[in-house]
Amino acid sequence: MSTDQWLGLITGVLFGFLLQKSRVLRFEKQIGAMLLKDMTIFKVMLSAILVGMVGIVLLTDAGIVTLGHKSMNLGAVLVGGVLFGAGWAIMGFCPGTSIGAVGEGRWHAVLAIIGMVVGAAVYAELYPFFKSTVFAWKDFGKIGLPETLGISPWVIIPLFWAGTISLFLWFEKKGL
Amino acid sequence: MKRKTGDGGWSPYLAGTLVGLLAIASVYATTQWLGKTSYLGASTTFVRAAGLLERTVAPDRVAANEYFTKEKVRVDWQFMLVLGIFLGALISSAMDRSFKLEGVPPRWEKRFGPSIGKRAAWAILGGIIAMVGARMADGCPTGHGLSGLMQLSVSGFVALAMFFSVGVFIAALVYGRRSS
Repeated sequence: MSTDQWLGLITGVLFGFLLQKSRVLRFEKQIGAMLLKDMTIFKVMLSAILVGMVGIVLLTDAGIVTLGHKSMNLGAVLVGGVLFGAGWAIMGFCPGTSIGAVGEGRWHAVLAIIGMVVGAAVYAELYPFFKSTVFAWKDFGKIGLPETLGISPWVIIPLFWAGTISLFLWFEKKGL
Repeated sequence: MKRKTGDGGWSPYLAGTLVGLLAIASVYATTQWLGKTSYLGASTTFVRAAGLLERTVAPDRVAANEYFTKEKVRVDWQFMLVLGIFLGALISSAMDRSFKLEGVPPRWEKRFGPSIGKRAAWAILGGIIAMVGARMADGCPTGHGLSGLMQLSVSGFVALAMFFSVGVFIAALVYGRRSS
């Protein structure tokens, strides 16, 4: 295996280990979040984001890493977002958690994986059509919140931390 | 704050913090060793897996496809990362004995019964719709949600809001109180 494959594998093992330990790989946790009854997946995700954003913005400011924003293509993100949200609720897994769920024995997630591989092949066939329709509406490009709002990330980050921690306190108060 | 949850899991805040540190380490390591900053993601791997499988039966079709060509059908860093998630979950669940063979999710069984065929049909349909959506939006809750928000990407915030609000709406229709 090449260096990039080894690095990917090691990162993935650690990621999968932590996801399993936090129990977010379960169908019940995913659906629980969407039914607004169990916010475990959001606690994990938002905690990771709080820590990650500080490190990534620091490393970017220091010129050590570069940001890799995905395009804010209006049609793609809105229509794609609707389709993903609907499919996510029906299958009860997202792409990353489905494979982890199989790892912890929940082999029915293989069915969701089969569906997603078929979906990827379907998408590859439809790509030229989407490119000339949905993607052609409006593309804002690869933009970040700081330059879009004209506010320093070091103002946005503390606000995001304050908002998220308030949300965590509310989750705990409500037993979500 | 409790360190363990009722189901023997780690505190979500602790696990999440460690995921955040892993994400930072991963961004640093990919930049240093691979020469290109890579962010955690998962859904592009499904495109590559589809391409690898389709290539065994219709190699010309895959070679001629614009999207497969754009995403490059190969076992790359992210592909191994996704396989690693499987291994990591297997190791973790074997260690704390939470590994459990399960043919139908308990929550699904409660609502729709124990039929594997019925679950299969819906899981596959949901998977197709979700992956078409994820590829169109160019990311899933890992790529757009986790990695996008960490970078303060506008697309990450919009995509995650769409994923979740539509998920809430559809989940209420499918599993909600009114329909059960």
